[in-house]
Order: sequence, then structure tokens, then C-alpha cells
Amino acid sequence: MSDVMEKTLTALPSLLSLDSQPGSAKLSANSKLGNLIRGITELTSKHEEEKLIQRELSSIKEQVSSPNTTMRQMKELMVRTIYCEMLGYEASFSYIHAIKLAQQGNVLEKRVGYLAVSLFLNESHELLLLLVNTVLKDLQSTNLIEVCMALTVVSQMFPKDMIPAILPLVEEKLSHSKEIIRRKAVLALYKFYLIAPNQVQHIHNKFRKALCDKDPGVMSASLHIYLQLIQENPEGYKDLTMSFVTILKQVVMGKLPMDFNYHCVPAPWLQIHLLRILSLLGKNDQSMSEIMYEILDESLQRAEMNHNITYAILYECVKCIYTIHPKPDLLEKAAKCIGSFVLSPRINLKYLGLKALTYVVQQDPKLVLQHQMTIIECLDHPDLIIKRETLELLFRITNAQNVTVIVEKMLDFLQVSEDNHTTIDLVGKVAELAEKYAPDNEWFIETMNTVFSVGGDVMQPDIPNSFLKLLLEGFDSVEEDKKLRLFAVNSYVSLLQGEPSRLPQRFLQVICWVLGEYAHLNEDVEPDAVLRLLAKLLDMKSSTSETKSWVLIAMTKLCSGGAAFSVAHEVSETYGSSMDTMLRQRAQELQHLSQDSALQSRVFPRSGSQEPVEVDSSLSFLDGFVSEALAAGAAPYKPPHQRQEEMSRSKVLSLEPYGLSLPISMSSCSVTDRQSPTLLSMSSSLSGDSAELSHKASSTTLKLDGVTRVWGREGYLVQREPVQEAAQVEAPSPLRSPRQQGDEDSPHSQTPTPTPTPESEQEKQQLASSLFVGLASPSSVSLMGKSEQTSQRFRRKARIQDKPPTSGEQINNLPPGGAADLLLDSNVSSELVSSLEQTHRNSLDLTANGACDAELPDGDVKEIKTPLSTDDSVLAAGLSPHEGPDRPKDLCLTSYLPAELSGLSHSEITLLCTNQSLDLSACHVQKEDCVELVVFIKNSSDSAAHQLQMQISCEEIEVSCVCDSPVEELKSHSVTVCQYFLTVKRPSVCFDLVGMVYYQLAAGSLQTAQFLYKLPLTSFIRPLAVSTEEYGTMWLAFSHDTKQNLPLMKDEREPLTATLNLLKTKLQLHVVEIIGEEGIVACCLRPDQQCLLHCRMHAGMLAAWLRSPVPDLPDSLLYHCQRALQER
Amino acid sequence: MRFLLLFSRQGKLRLQKWFTAMTDREKKKIIREMTTIVLARQPRSCNFLQWKDLKIIYKRYASLYFCLAVENQENELLALEVIHRYVELLDKYFGNVCELDIIFNFEKAYFILDEFLMGGEIQETSKQIVNRAIESSDMLQEDDHSEWYEVELFGP
Repeated sequence: MSDVMEKTLTALPSLLSLDSQPGSAKLSANSKLGNLIRGITELTSKHEEEKLIQRELSSIKEQVSSPNTTMRQMKELMVRTIYCEMLGYEASFSYIHAIKLAQQGNVLEKRVGYLAVSLFLNESHELLLLLVNTVLKDLQSTNLIEVCMALTVVSQMFPKDMIPAILPLVEEKLSHSKEIIRRKAVLALYKFYLIAPNQVQHIHNKFRKALCDKDPGVMSASLHIYLQLIQENPEGYKDLTMSFVTILKQVVMGKLPMDFNYHCVPAPWLQIHLLRILSLLGKNDQSMSEIMYEILDESLQRAEMNHNITYAILYECVKCIYTIHPKPDLLEKAAKCIGSFVLSPRINLKYLGLKALTYVVQQDPKLVLQHQMTIIECLDHPDLIIKRETLELLFRITNAQNVTVIVEKMLDFLQVSEDNHTTIDLVGKVAELAEKYAPDNEWFIETMNTVFSVGGDVMQPDIPNSFLKLLLEGFDSVEEDKKLRLFAVNSYVSLLQGEPSRLPQRFLQVICWVLGEYAHLNEDVEPDAVLRLLAKLLDMKSSTSETKSWVLIAMTKLCSGGAAFSVAHEVSETYGSSMDTMLRQRAQELQHLSQDSALQSRVFPRSGSQEPVEVDSSLSFLDGFVSEALAAGAAPYKPPHQRQEEMSRSKVLSLEPYGLSLPISMSSCSVTDRQSPTLLSMSSSLSGDSAELSHKASSTTLKLDGVTRVWGREGYLVQREPVQEAAQVEAPSPLRSPRQQGDEDSPHSQTPTPTPTPESEQEKQQLASSLFVGLASPSSVSLMGKSEQTSQRFRRKARIQDKPPTSGEQINNLPPGGAADLLLDSNVSSELVSSLEQTHRNSLDLTANGACDAELPDGDVKEIKTPLSTDDSVLAAGLSPHEGPDRPKDLCLTSYLPAELSGLSHSEITLLCTNQSLDLSACHVQKEDCVELVVFIKNSSDSAAHQLQMQISCEEIEVSCVCDSPVEELKSHSVTVCQYFLTVKRPSVCFDLVGMVYYQLAAGSLQTAQFLYKLPLTSFIRPLAVSTEEYGTMWLAFSHDTKQNLPLMKDEREPLTATLNLLKTKLQLHVVEIIGEEGIVACCLRPDQQCLLHCRMHAGMLAAWLRSPVPDLPDSLLYHCQRALQER
Repeated sequence: MRFLLLFSRQGKLRLQKWFTAMTDREKKKIIREMTTIVLARQPRSCNFLQWKDLKIIYKRYASLYFCLAVENQENELLALEVIHRYVELLDKYFGNVCELDIIFNFEKAYFILDEFLMGGEIQETSKQIVNRAIESSDMLQEDDHSEWYEVELFGP
């Protein structure tokens, strides 16, 4: 028996050339396929080809269904069918025969059968279910060739729901004696991991075995899985760093068999995989990075041959060096390497060089300066791809001084680019830059005009949204706001006077809104003139009915006074009888409001105050109407998914295997909608059909907060204010700070003028100086965006909160400008800010390392993913590397914990930041009604620190100080404690608390230390004990909700109870009651911030429905539920 | 990797391999777009393209275009070498491969590809192993006692 096995094995690789030897390949030209192909080439027209193929297909069809056809003939027929399909002709009749061939043929026929199946069907094709048995049989076959074929087809396409059926067999193959089988099994499992990660979770330790396999091929295959796993959770695999480094060392030294060489380079694919893994492991982790330095250096030196593949390795190496904790001499070598890429005459290398520059520019802007002339040349490269990549690079280095030139270059590119995807992307970038760095009102409006005209109807809807929001919310200065709006109005009036029919619909809608709101600012333009311009839009053939309703709304806002009345009257007459209900509605409004100016001014107040509108998205004001209708015998409303569910349940014969398809699609749609709780909540159970309509409408129209009309608790709501986010925009400071203009490497003119025709060297130089201005100034050594914040006009405050500094080194390099800006954020008195700014330049080097951050787990270690052994989880909990040696210090800090907290359990005390003089540590304590943050400040210097002040801020959290007098003076080597009560203002998945400490050392200069403390929502969750009746009333009253399917602990005896109990212990929820297949659960953040869960078992999933009076709470809690269940 | 397409200078598809699930309609659309975009490229341009959220890496060998789509963060040069290695493998098997070999023996080209890539990842990069495969297949021609070879000759 083993003899046979051995024989088949030696024959295995030869499969490729079984029935026709190399060289004899051309013989098959005489076959039927050959005849077909020749027949086709002789034809002259497409029509003839069609006729020929149809004839061929019908003859094939006849033969395949004949019972006399042998499998051998079937194989030949199948090859011809594949050919016809490749030409684009459908031959679905043959699919079932392909499966039959794979099932019944001998090895060679089977192979063609499998090939045909993999070409004809895709993962979701229902016929694929018929293949499962064949695959099962082949996986168990003693013929290794059949096993290989089965593994190949499984990794190519296999129905997701059927994976459990074959998983044990594939798993078994991991310990097969033959290398090739093990390797294919690993790759098949990798594929399973990609499409259904939960299914293969239990075999993680077997992956480790594959990694340690004696055969390099198997080890190499297992790296695919590890790359994926480490991407998702780098903390869990830090212990493997050394192993990966060792493997790479051996590969680089050429210790692998010659088989693995590719053009004399040892296993390049393997090298690149390892480099990617290392960069993930070394990111923000100094101790891990230190292990890698040597081998990275080695790799850089070894890869010297002039071949594409060595450049590929070099590129990956450079990326890795710039990703991990920096080491100066390696960075220098990597920079040199990038230089050689950029300067290479080979265009592919140049492209990669630009890509590398883009990647490193945030850390090393000087490198861009070195290559500025090359970049200018690339900007005019005939190949659009190179141009595009250059713009990407320029986008990253944009600041307030070069924005006009760069945006102009981008707009130039947009004019020639025909690719929609590029247009969408670039238009978004231009809008972002304009919003961030616009030098003045005129430029801003004109740039946005181009954005809207070019981006037209393809751009992301959030561009017009945020533009209008910006106009609406304005800035601190009322005068500035007015100027901007006035300019927009004037610009739009003149656009409408031109040729409005050429403008995209989205742009017209923006124009309508702006004119409706702000046309009154321009006193020179009569309202009826504007009305007439708007009316012209209604007559245009190209206007969509959506645009028309925007026009009508704008007219409704404008029509006050006599002359306007006639225009309004005429228009409302025309559209009052429109077939479009929406238009008819708007026309009615126009008619009524234009006649009643008192009502009009109440509905559209001019000086629109900025109070947010409370949207009652559950439409509870309709409750009375609904209950009346119900009493009158109307059928209760069912949300669409429920209707669908019931329909599928009532089906007698379900074609869907295991009925899985419905919940899967549901969960996927709710995942995408997760971010918009208000949209989802539209489909609450009480709302009638109108909610459905408005839902649809809102998805097709621009999602402008407060722009489209909404119905509220009191009926019609007229305020057009954003629901969330109050207007928080920083004071514009048009003055450029002098230090940003200092630029030793590229002297530039005070007014950078664009020179788009760099024919002469001089012009190029000039362009360079206007493009790269501000790059070398000390204020922008790192974090290009941040350093320019002082001169940003249109930047929203929220943006910084979006991207809190995440790595220690980023904050370390924080330039003075950025620091000052952060100070502004934390509302420090202006006096302090100015004194800080003065002292900063002197004390920069002292404060430079005064900050770092620590990712904090929520007190309990279980929050961290720990698929490995317990030792690993300790390591994972170790968090930041520099914390290790400081641990003893933390222990003694416990004694400083305030007495009233000593009884309560507190999270681990984490070192947040340390510099020459101060050590900052913190922990949090969960109290009944809030979380208390305790910050320990230790003075480790030899002199006392004076005027100690601490600021903690977080947008979503209310921070209040426990003891009102923070210590003024901290003696040398002593510790003080600051306590803060934290309560949630706005729920979020995780909160970032930004803290600053100001102090003076004996030397007298003002110092700062900065830290970041992360708190997950779970620390704030408390059980909410309510009865089922109370729960019922609360459920109806709450307006924000979200739904999603969660995994269920199916293996338990009572899956629902087990799942809910798990949530109860992990997240501190209160299980109110479990009845049959349903369960209700409640919790709260504060007594007035409740969240209710309604859970139901459905098709092997837990259908969860969350409701709360607080926006974002259901979504955030859902996230944690999901995590808790995934990690169990 | 997402997909690999081989097409001629006239835009005729010669081979298609999809590594992610896609409907026939999507496939047809992609094939059409790829051929138009790639064939329109100027001779001395670079071998990479940005297409939607993917990177397209293409290379022309004689009359045949090889076109590989990878995720955006992938290494373009490496992808170019994937194409090159595949061509080398074909060359080794067919002996001085030309477009006609692939037209008439496209199923062989698929089998070689399946040995080289599996599930969209590199599986076997060694040309030597394919080399050995060819040698052993020559031996098999003489060895008529191989169990399955008999089956192939005389039917089941």
C-alpha cells in the first residue's frame, strides 16, 4: 500500500504534463479544440463567431447529456466548453456536468472537472453544494494527487457554510507526512481564516506547529496566516518576534535550499513576508524594534544586486525601518535607499520611490526637500500614474503657505483625468486642504466652486455637507462669517447668471441652499432677482426633481415682499399639480408661506439661532395616531426585516441551505450602517410608513444636518441646526507666524505665485520654492498637519479629537506650534499660552521627551485579545515596553492612593509619561455613579517643582476635579495625587483623555508634560435594575436604537442564557428577564443614561436590538457586546 | 492578489483567474475595463496602475499581456516578479512559450498556475521543482505499469 502511495507521490508533480509532453504541446492543435480555435480565427465578423460558437455549444450540449458519453469524452467536451465561456458565451448547461466529471472521473478527468468547476462557479453558486461530497471523498483518498486537487479547489472556492464539514479533514492534513500536502492544507486554512475567521479559531496552536515545520515551504505558507493574525492583534504575538528575526537571518544568510532562490536571491517572497510581520511587531515598540535592527541592517546591505526583486526587498525594508521605533543610522541608510529609487531612470523604481517618500514624509520632511527638483519633474511626467503619485506626496506636505500651488496642481490634474475613482479621491483631498488651509475667503469659495463643478455628482456626499455646515456654523468672528457668506452669495449669483445648465446637480443644490439662507446679506441684489434666477433652474430640462425641490425650498425662504410674490405664485401654480409628491408638497409650502409673511418669518427666522434641534427619530408624536389606527383594526407595523423573516419562514421549501443567507446579509448591512444611529432608528417599530419614506429620501438626498425638513415632537420643525456637534471652530488667525516662513533650504518669495510652466530651470526653482515652503522650518519637523495649526482658517476643532496622538514618538516631536494649539484646546488662559509660546523655543529640548502614552486596558486583562497561552497574556498586558522596568515604582505608588478609594478595586497603575523631572502615572477606580481617575505626579528631580497645574480634557467626557486646590509646589522626590470624577457626556467606544501638566523647576522656565489615557466605555457601564414593566415603558420612550446580529454561544446547552450571562459578567449588564427565545437586558452609564437590549435567538445568531435616550450609546455598547462575544 | 488576466494585443482574453468571489457580470466588466486601460498605455510608461481601490500590475510578453490585480498596500515590484515567474514556469513547460501554446493548451496553463499560486497567495516559487516534475513525467512515459497510467490508457 505504501508502495502505491510512494509511487503516486513521485508522479505527483508530473501531473502537469501527463497526457501531452512538453514539445508535443502543439500536437493538440489537431484536436477538436484545435479545430474550433482555428475555425474562429478564420472568421471575419463577430456575428459569424457568434453563430459558430452557438452551433458548437448546442452540439456539446447534446453530447454531454447523452448517456453514452464516456468520462474521457466528457473531459474533452469540458475543455471546449471552458474555451467558449472564456470567449464570453454562457454555457450554464454544462455546470452540472463539470461537477459530475469531478465526481466520477479518474484522476486526469477529475482534474479537468475541478478546473471547470472553479472557472464556472463562484463561492455563492448553489450547485457548489453538490461538490461538497466529492471534496470530502477526495480529501480522504489514499491517492495523494486527489488530496492535492481537493485542497486546491477548497482554497479556490468553497461555500462558507460548508467549511465545518471539511474542516476536520483539512486540519488532519496539517500533520501529514508529505510536505506538499501540509503546505496546501495550511494555505487552505488561511483561506478559511479570511472568509470565516471564527471557524478556525480553535486551531491557532496548530498554526504554531506549522510555523516550526521542518520544511521551509510549510513554514513559509504559515506566514500568510501570521501576517493576518498579527495585523489584527500585534500585542498577542510579540513573543514570536525573536523567532521571525531568526528565520529572516537564516534566509538572508542563504541557509535555505537552492530551490527557494529566485534569480540568485534567497526566498524573496519569504523575506518580504517576514519584513512585513516585523514592521507590525516593531511599531511603537522600542524593545521589539531593538531586536530587529541588526537583521534590517543586514538585509539592506545584502540586497545590492541590480534586479527588480532586490528592489522589492529593499522597498519593504525601508518601509519597515520607518515604521518601527526609529534608529538614526538605519534611517539614514533607508533614506539613501529611497534616494536611489527616486533618482533611478527606471520608471517603475521612480514610482516606488515616490510611494516611499509619501510614506515617510511625515517623519522626515527634509528628505522631500532633498529631492524637490525630481519631484517637480515628476509633476510634469507624461505618465499620469507618476503624476498622480506625486500629487499624493504633495498632499501630505501641504501647509498654509503652499496650499494654493498644490491645490492648483491637483485641479490641473483633475481636468485631464478621466477616471472616476481618481476624481472622487482627488476632489475629496482638495476639499480637505481647502477647508484646512484656505488663505482667504475668495480662494476658498472659488476652489470649492471648482470642486463642485468637477466633482459633480460623483464626489463623496460629505463634501457638500461639511461645506454647508462650515458656512452655517461659521467661526468666532461674526464679521468674518458674514464676509464669507456674502462672497459665496455673490459668486453663486454670477454663476447662475452664466450657464447654470452646465453645473452638476449637487452643485446647484448647494447654490440653492446658500442663496436661500444668505441671499439677504447682499443688499444690492433684489430678492425677486434671485428668485427669478432660481426659477430659471426649474425650467431647465437637466434639473432633477431633487434639485427642483431644493429650488422650491430656497424660494420659500426668500419670498417675502411684494415683487417676489408674483414669481412665487407663478411657480407654485405650476408645481402645485406636479406628479411628483415631493415637489407638490414644496409648492404647497411655498404658496402658503409666501402669502403669510408672519408665519414665514416664524418658520424661517433670519438670525437663525444656533440651538440644536432635538430630533425625535422614533416619531413618538405619532403614537396617538398609531394607537387609534390599531384600535380601529389596522394591522400593526412590521419593520421590513421582520416581514422578510416571516415570509421566508412561511415558505414551504427553502432553497437556502440552513437559512443562513438572511441573517448574514442583515448583519452586513447593519455593520455598514453602524455609524449612523439616527438613520437606523428611523425604522423603529412604532413609526409608520412615513418613516420608511423619509429614510429612503434621506439616503438619496444630501445628508445635511438640519437642512432638509424634519418632523419633531411639536410637529413641524423649522430650525436648521446640526443635531450634534455645536459650532466649535477656532479663531482664525490670518497672520502667518514668522518662523514658518523661515526656510533655509529653499528661499522663497513672500508671495508664492504659481508658475505652472517650468520650462526653464529658474521657473522650476521658483515652483520648488513655492511647493516646499515651510518644510524645513523647525516648526514642522514632524506632523505636517499639526504644526501649521496656528494659521489654519477653516479647521474644525473636532479634527484633532479624531486623531489623538497615538504614539510616543509623535508627541515627543510635537513642535511648539502644535503644543500651543493643544493648550488652546484645553482652555488655558491666554496669558499662560503667550508665556508658554515665549518660553517654548528655549525650553523645547527640555520638554521634548516629556510625553508619551500608554494604551490602557480596562482594568481587567480579559479586554485584550489573548488567543495564546497565559504567559502571553501577561506579556500582552505588559502594554508599553518602557513600562516594564518601572513596575516596582508603580507598586509603591499604591500607597499614595487616597484613603477613601483604598477599599475599592482600582485598575493597574500605569506609567504614562516620564521626563527628567516628573513621572506621571494613573489608574482609575470604578465608583457607583462615575469613574474616578487618579493621577500620580512624582517629582524625580533634585529640585522642587513650582506652580504645578494639571489640565485634563476630553470632548466626550465631563471631567471634574475632586480636590479644588491642586498642589502648588512639589518637593523633590515626593509624590502628589490628583483626582478627577469622570462622567460620560457623549458615549463613544473608547475615550481618550488628554492631560497636560505645567510646572516650573528651580531654573525658572515653564515646563510641560503631556499624556494620553485611554478608557473604554465598559468602565462606565453599570447594571440597571428594572422590572419587566418598567423596561417596557422605557423601551417605548427611547428614541435612539440600533440592531445587529451577534454570535451566539451555540455549543452551550442553553445558548441564550449562556450568552447573556457572559455579557452580564463581562460588561456588568443586568439581565431583566429571559422568556423562551427572547431575553431583555438593561444597563446605564449614569442614572439618566440608560441603554436597553432586546435579544432574540434567530437562525443560530443572537439578534440584538439596543435602545437608549442617548445618541451613540447603542452603537458603542453594541461594539463592546460584539467584542465580548468574539473573545470569549 | 485579486485576479490575473491574460489577454492578447487585440484584447482577446486568454486566461482568467479570480481569487475572490465575483459575479459573472462583474467579471465581464472588469475584463472589458482592464483590456481597454492596459492596451491604451503608452510603451514607456510604468507597469503599475491605480484602478478603483486596487493596484494593477501589467506586463507585456511578446503579443500577450499579463495583468495582475493586488491590494493597494502590496509591493508592486514583487507582483511584477510574480508575473515574471509565471512566464518562466510556462516557458519551462512549453519550451520557448508563445501565445499559441497558451491558446491551445490553456488548461495546462491553468494547472501550472494552480501549482504556483493557491488561493491568491504564492505557493511554490521554485522553478527547479517544476523542472523535476517534467523530468519525472518523461520517465513515466516509459513506465507503463504505473497504476493510474493504465487507467488512463485502457479506461476504467
